[in-house]
Amino acid sequence: MKESALHLVNNTRYNFENKLSEHDLDLPPLAIDTLQVNVTLKCNQACLHCHVDSSPKRTEQMSKEIIDKCLEILRNNPQLKNLDLTGGAPELNPHFDYFVSEAKKLGKHIMVRHNLTVTIDGDPTTKESKMYLPKFYADNKVEVISSLPYYQEYFTDKQRGKGVFQKSIESLRMLNEAGYGDEKSGLILDLVYNPVGAFLPASQEILEKDYKEELWKNYQLKFNNLYTMTNMPIHRFREQLERLGAYEEYMEKLINAFNPLAASGIMCRSLLSVSYDGRIYDCDFNQMLNMQVFVDKPMTVFDFDYNKLVSRKIIFDSHCFGCTAGAGSSCGGAISE
Amino acid sequence: MNYYESKDLGRFAEVGKFKPELMRKFFDYYSEATSTEGALTKKEKALIALAIAHFKPCPYCIDAYTTACLENGANPDQMTEAIHVAAAMAAGIDLVHGVQMLNVLEKQGA
Repeated sequence: MKESALHLVNNTRYNFENKLSEHDLDLPPLAIDTLQVNVTLKCNQACLHCHVDSSPKRTEQMSKEIIDKCLEILRNNPQLKNLDLTGGAPELNPHFDYFVSEAKKLGKHIMVRHNLTVTIDGDPTTKESKMYLPKFYADNKVEVISSLPYYQEYFTDKQRGKGVFQKSIESLRMLNEAGYGDEKSGLILDLVYNPVGAFLPASQEILEKDYKEELWKNYQLKFNNLYTMTNMPIHRFREQLERLGAYEEYMEKLINAFNPLAASGIMCRSLLSVSYDGRIYDCDFNQMLNMQVFVDKPMTVFDFDYNKLVSRKIIFDSHCFGCTAGAGSSCGGAISE
Repeated sequence: MNYYESKDLGRFAEVGKFKPELMRKFFDYYSEATSTEGALTKKEKALIALAIAHFKPCPYCIDAYTTACLENGANPDQMTEAIHVAAAMAAGIDLVHGVQMLNVLEKQGA
């Protein structure tokens, strides 16, 4: 089926706007407090569920010019308290350290979506070592948010590739040694669980307890919070669902688990997402689907206007059911637990 | 046509087409017993249900409770141990009847 025809079918069967109307919900933007910036699509891994389709072969990088523009936006808009850096592996952007250091000088809270293994693997093309990262993060008081799909090797390696679990454990140990995960240090290390397959995440609270017990018992590792996230039925994960003949079943599962409370707290209401080339989106998922924010014209960092953006209409589509299923899913984990 | 079709599980409630009050009582009891946090966690209940699904071979229940185990945070090691408990119990239940066989043998003077 052609992509446009498929989109039409999805819009009819899995219509998110209709679901909001059924529940009498209107979801305009709230105050925007977070600028999430995707600085590169390059990654040292190529995970099965990746909605960004990242891999070592990707070459897209945010330029220093656009990074400087993002810093200018952060400087001129004190409402933007948080900078959330993602990718790919964001550390593989050549200007990553500069971006973090300069944002720190602006007094912003910096979060990095750090895949753990990049510390051990280094840059897959330049072979540059990234072993300095734990200390660099500690020096800049970065909140580190790291994917670890499970506290055991089987699920983790199945989703993220052979050997990833052991490397992740080694990297977590380095972060602990730098002070991360220790309540007294003030250095925050969060882990992210996402299901290895076409099912919804377990309770965040219960899984966090399991993760803490198992990682401490088996590896003497500590972390602060576990965030559970639902796999988005787009790109690589959608292809996997379609190969398994499970796409429709998964969509039905998401729709049946629609939670109005989770919908009210979805992240696109308080966040803006910037792509490596400076375009602005409602979230990272819309970014990957090329659904650019439109306020009179397609918005980029060079058109940034807080008042206009906070009055925009958020663009919803069928994938949004991924954020509103069960306890909900956001960059900060479950929404309504 | 197969007797077991996975989509038929979604039609379970249709068994209440006649005498619906009985099915309503069953579903209330079923969901209270299997899907709530109580003295046992939902994960523990899902693992018990998975074991029973194998003990009384039910493809619908194996499908539903494999997913329920995953969605309550269980892992394949725990799920496999649960079905080994069911298999060991099934074997034990068969074998313990060997005592009846021994009783008959004794009675026969064999």
